[in-house]
Amino acid sequence: MRDFATEVVETDVLILGGGMSGCGAAVEAAYWAKPLGLKVTLVDKAAIDRSGPVAMGLSAINTYMGLDGKVTQNPRLPERFAEYVTNDQCGLARQDLVYDVARHVDSSVKHFDKWGLPIWKDEKGNYVKSGEWQVMIAGESYKILVAEAAKSALASMGDKGQLMERIMITHLVKDDKDPNRIAGAVGFSVREDKFYVFKAKVTLALMGGAVHVFRPRSQGEAFGRSWMPPFVSGSVYALVLQAGGELTQMDNTFVPPRFKDSYGPVGTFFLLFKTPATNGLGESYIGAYPDELAKWAPYSNAKPCPTPIRNYEMILCQREGKLPFIMHTQKVVERLKKEISDPKELKKAIKNYESEAWEDFLDMTIAGATNWAAHNIDPLEKPMELQLSDSVFIGSHACSCGSWVCGPADVMPAEFKNDFPAQYNLMTTVKGLFTAGCGVGACAHKFSSGSHVQGRIAGKSVIKFVNDEKAYAPAISDATIAKYKETIFKPFVMYDTNKDFTTTPDVNPNYISPHNFLFRLQKIMGEYAGGWETLYGTSDKLLETGLWKLGLLGEDIEKLAAKDSHELMRAWESVHRYYVGEACSRSRLARKESRWPGYYYKFDYLKLDETQRHFVNVKFDEAKNEWTILTRPMVSIV
Amino acid sequence: MPSYVMTEKCDGCKGQDKTACMYICPNDLMALDKDKMKGYNQEPNYCWECYCCVKICPQQAMDVRGYADFMPLGAASTPLRGSQDIMWTIKFRDGRIKRFKYATRTTPEGSIKPFEGFADANPADLNNEFLLGEPSIMGATELLTIKK
Repeated sequence: MRDFATEVVETDVLILGGGMSGCGAAVEAAYWAKPLGLKVTLVDKAAIDRSGPVAMGLSAINTYMGLDGKVTQNPRLPERFAEYVTNDQCGLARQDLVYDVARHVDSSVKHFDKWGLPIWKDEKGNYVKSGEWQVMIAGESYKILVAEAAKSALASMGDKGQLMERIMITHLVKDDKDPNRIAGAVGFSVREDKFYVFKAKVTLALMGGAVHVFRPRSQGEAFGRSWMPPFVSGSVYALVLQAGGELTQMDNTFVPPRFKDSYGPVGTFFLLFKTPATNGLGESYIGAYPDELAKWAPYSNAKPCPTPIRNYEMILCQREGKLPFIMHTQKVVERLKKEISDPKELKKAIKNYESEAWEDFLDMTIAGATNWAAHNIDPLEKPMELQLSDSVFIGSHACSCGSWVCGPADVMPAEFKNDFPAQYNLMTTVKGLFTAGCGVGACAHKFSSGSHVQGRIAGKSVIKFVNDEKAYAPAISDATIAKYKETIFKPFVMYDTNKDFTTTPDVNPNYISPHNFLFRLQKIMGEYAGGWETLYGTSDKLLETGLWKLGLLGEDIEKLAAKDSHELMRAWESVHRYYVGEACSRSRLARKESRWPGYYYKFDYLKLDETQRHFVNVKFDEAKNEWTILTRPMVSIV
Repeated sequence: MPSYVMTEKCDGCKGQDKTACMYICPNDLMALDKDKMKGYNQEPNYCWECYCCVKICPQQAMDVRGYADFMPLGAASTPLRGSQDIMWTIKFRDGRIKRFKYATRTTPEGSIKPFEGFADANPADLNNEFLLGEPSIMGATELLTIKK
């Protein structure tokens, strides 16, 4: 086996993940660290220029208040945003966290504007809004700009600012002297034969959400065409669990309704272009099931109707066999023809629509554009199918899964105070471990801008934490380091020891490949825990069976084999996804109702039960291999 | 295979320690065959078709062939990314061509200085809720709160 040299990196602030929240955290932490002489280290498993879900680009900023009034319509207040998010998630949100994102979010967008992000503006310079909270951008280079700002901030710190790329973090490491404190992290390089140990006074876990826990719709070559990128592997959720931290709402996965197969975005088509969508018979499925939806009142009565309830209309329609769903992009042209009589103006309006429609795909889901072209569909002339996609864990979208974290001092309800070892904004239930973006639960609708600003809030919060705890020095013994090194590289040993037993390394009775491990996880999750295979339905009996099979899968973690560093990365990604699957299944078993019926529902509890309007949280004790479910109260502040 | 490398055009980014596509791929899919000095996608079924490799390739030796699972053959979306905009050529299966050009940034590459124009941080301000540039950057004088 190759020898991986051990490299120990000592730092004050360790930022794991360089996506939107990681880059936000880097800028803010660097700013506050400078006068204190503190060191900041940002670690990413890819290159931050194009890492995370914004790697491909984005065509809209979905969270913006417009508090300065310089928007084309409807400036909005953070209170209204917190109300909107709470209703969208059927009555459950950490309003203190949502409010905190909303009152800060405009500042990140103003920074983006300054850095060079092309934001659509009207002739007065006001931002063009496409919906209540959305502003339109030409966002092909969104991530490059945000990464450039983070790099520039770190570079301005001289040797106190450090960026390390292509390092897969596998575990957080607890302090040898304090079992509820994080003292750093371990991982390995996928480029060099190096094992990394990071010793840090504070750690931010910002590695995004998780896809590929549930089975994607396509399983051949398009296995990677999950809606969210296939490289978000649930590391934050798994690492917080392994550290003994508390996660919330891990049952609440987002099911994106998207253009079928390619997963081209629908938001701009619905909001900006007002595109009509129908079932396969040409009937509107939206609003077609009032009696069913009434069972989810009061949430279903609000405008806009919550995302999981709108999804449920599609599920009901699909059960009636009225497929496929169709997005009538051509009808926008028909409408423009009715609305605009001047032929020159009409031509211009159609040309704008065409350019904007294609940009929406080309800026963020290029496969959607190619899929139009491959089917000879010009969206001005012909419609395209829609479909509910595979379930994803994306705490920054219309989704509430993530860590249970401390809120800001001025607005966090007193009821939550004792859940945390100390009061620092965005600290988890584990001392010295912070998160943001997809890592924060019960705080939906952050999207890219909200994730960036929440990363910044965390970036400032960690500096305050380190500054308050000046005497702390992380204690990680050599024995601990040796133990992690053995664990991390075990898949190499499995491979090397056993590979020659058979004539092809792909089939071997003594080990399992990371890909096959992942396939098994996805099959269990999809068929037992409410994936698209059962049209998002599950039950206590199904979940109990699924959990038994997940337990057997968990036992096979030690049989994982990897032939090279790339496959070793896949092995640990698969392990992280396994923990996400367990947390999700256990939370779904605990919730005896169907609060978000378009995300998942229970055949045996197919109703909303307001006595269960509380958060379902989950914890894991690694030493005892024991899972615990807790409930936390819903507290309204707006 | 979603992203692919054209044998004729790829020079393996000669003279560099890694290829441009290896550097940028967010999913660590691109690898270099050092004997042939050609890049290749080592795990095509994990490709997100994000085009980061296609956009960065200095030889324009990369493109994407739509996922075989659901895309009929013959179409292509081909980018040409400049310093401030991107040009797309869309080729339909039936041969129709469409071209679009979109802005990518309004400032020169490498020009971002996130702290420029703001006062240095004062550690005493760690106790308040203001972030870099706040509240002035939002056009405000104070940060909103909720009175309990």
